[in-house]
Amino acid sequence: MNGINQEDTHRIIERVARESYGRLVAYLSANTRDVASAEDALSSALVAALTTWPRDGVPQNPEAWLLTAARHSFIDHLRHRQVAEASEPTLLLLRENSAEMTLSAEFPDERLKLLFVCAHPAIDSAMHTPLMLQTVLGLDAVRIAHAFLVSPTTMGQRLVRAKTKIRDGGIQFEVPQERELPQRLDAVLEAIYAAFGIGWDDMAGVDQRGRDLSEEAIWLGRVLLQLMPREAEVRGLLALMLHCEARRRTRRGPDGRYIPLSEQDSQQWSMPLIEEAEGHLAEAASRGRTGRFQLEAAIQSVHAERARSGRTEWTAVVLFYEQLIRISPTLGTRTGYAAAVAEANGPEAGLAVLDGIDPDDVSVYQPYWAVRAHLLQRLGKTPEAGDAFDRAIGLAEDPAVRQFLLQRRG
Amino acid sequence: MQFALLIYHSPEEFAMRKNDYSDPHLGAWRAYYKALVEAGVYVGANALEVPETGTTVRLREGKRSVQDGPFAETKEQLAGLIILELPSIDAALEWAARCPGASIGAVEVRPLAPEAMRRGFTG
Repeated sequence: MNGINQEDTHRIIERVARESYGRLVAYLSANTRDVASAEDALSSALVAALTTWPRDGVPQNPEAWLLTAARHSFIDHLRHRQVAEASEPTLLLLRENSAEMTLSAEFPDERLKLLFVCAHPAIDSAMHTPLMLQTVLGLDAVRIAHAFLVSPTTMGQRLVRAKTKIRDGGIQFEVPQERELPQRLDAVLEAIYAAFGIGWDDMAGVDQRGRDLSEEAIWLGRVLLQLMPREAEVRGLLALMLHCEARRRTRRGPDGRYIPLSEQDSQQWSMPLIEEAEGHLAEAASRGRTGRFQLEAAIQSVHAERARSGRTEWTAVVLFYEQLIRISPTLGTRTGYAAAVAEANGPEAGLAVLDGIDPDDVSVYQPYWAVRAHLLQRLGKTPEAGDAFDRAIGLAEDPAVRQFLLQRRG
Repeated sequence: MQFALLIYHSPEEFAMRKNDYSDPHLGAWRAYYKALVEAGVYVGANALEVPETGTTVRLREGKRSVQDGPFAETKEQLAGLIILELPSIDAALEWAARCPGASIGAVEVRPLAPEAMRRGFTG
């Protein structure tokens, strides 16, 4: 391993850390339920790697090296804690498991259990995604705080509290039983989707939450698919994210200007990503169990078709939305439905759908106002459109979206 | 509970202030205020003149000291403040992110002191 310079070694450590982080944390915490200590142990191991690997060379099996180093530090830590707490069973449990494991570099992949723990109903649902990003991908609290618009100190405290609850609250590291699996899996999918953060991008209404994390969300989606290849909704979610990702580059002009879906150059969409998404969607459909994420992916698939046919089959979009509303009547779904109905049957029909939504629910929901403004403008109702534009502009977070709407408003 | 959004402008943003009602910058602010009022969270707000118009007064050991300009020489200066009634700091941060001032300068979110203490100051 001589001849590898320091920079390469650092890059290798980074790569191993990224690929192995969740596997190592999951494995170390599966028996003890002590996620925070597992993470601490892994950080010490990574620090040790940064000092020894550039000097002695990268070990044959970097993951096994990290695991051994982390386990030592973990056992030390538990010993200290348990001397204080005067109980031995966890330590014994860990030691037994590690003894059988030293024989081979292989160790069980417990990440699925960890994902279910992070999205456990006993944990505050707002913390599901941050927990996953930290424990499975190793993202630091500061970056997570930025994406979720929370102060770094607060996010740090919330993460610590959630991990304490996992350790002391009797939350089991297990894959849920068949009976409760659909609901529990839904929470996992929901949390991954929240990291992806693009609620819906038909109009100038873009849900900003977690927007910097789309790559991480796709990574999590792929991990989940690897662990649950037979679940149709897992494929549905991945297909949905890949379809949106395929259009990422075309959502901004060269000058940073916001470009709505209808005006994007479909020839610039990423065909490999679209094809991959279509593959997952077809595979999911063959399992005959439809669900929310497959329907959302199907809607995006109709939009993607424009790259081939040059047009959007709006009646198909409307049909998928009708099914989606039956399962998941969220504000986002209903607003998206209104926009699709307007394209298929005219702005009046779309406006009628929007009028069916309780005004109290939309006082801070930007996409509703963006669509409403657009439809009123198409109907020539200028003063009403102006008011709706103001609401959409005032609620927009992205300066490019704000600028776009200001121009549309005229 | 009540929060103050303290709006800090860069010199460039102060320079963008105009009385032209068709100006997009002004349009963004007007829309923001409208959204705050319609959402029922608006308590009050005001904008300050440019920092160069400030005069800072101190009294030290009975001696007056008067200084031209703002209290602190920093690049970003206080430009105005908005008081909002909101259930949580999370909601306050969301409104701060939507504030047109956040994309050029900065917006500090600070809770108002407890009402009893405020009464102590204001009678």
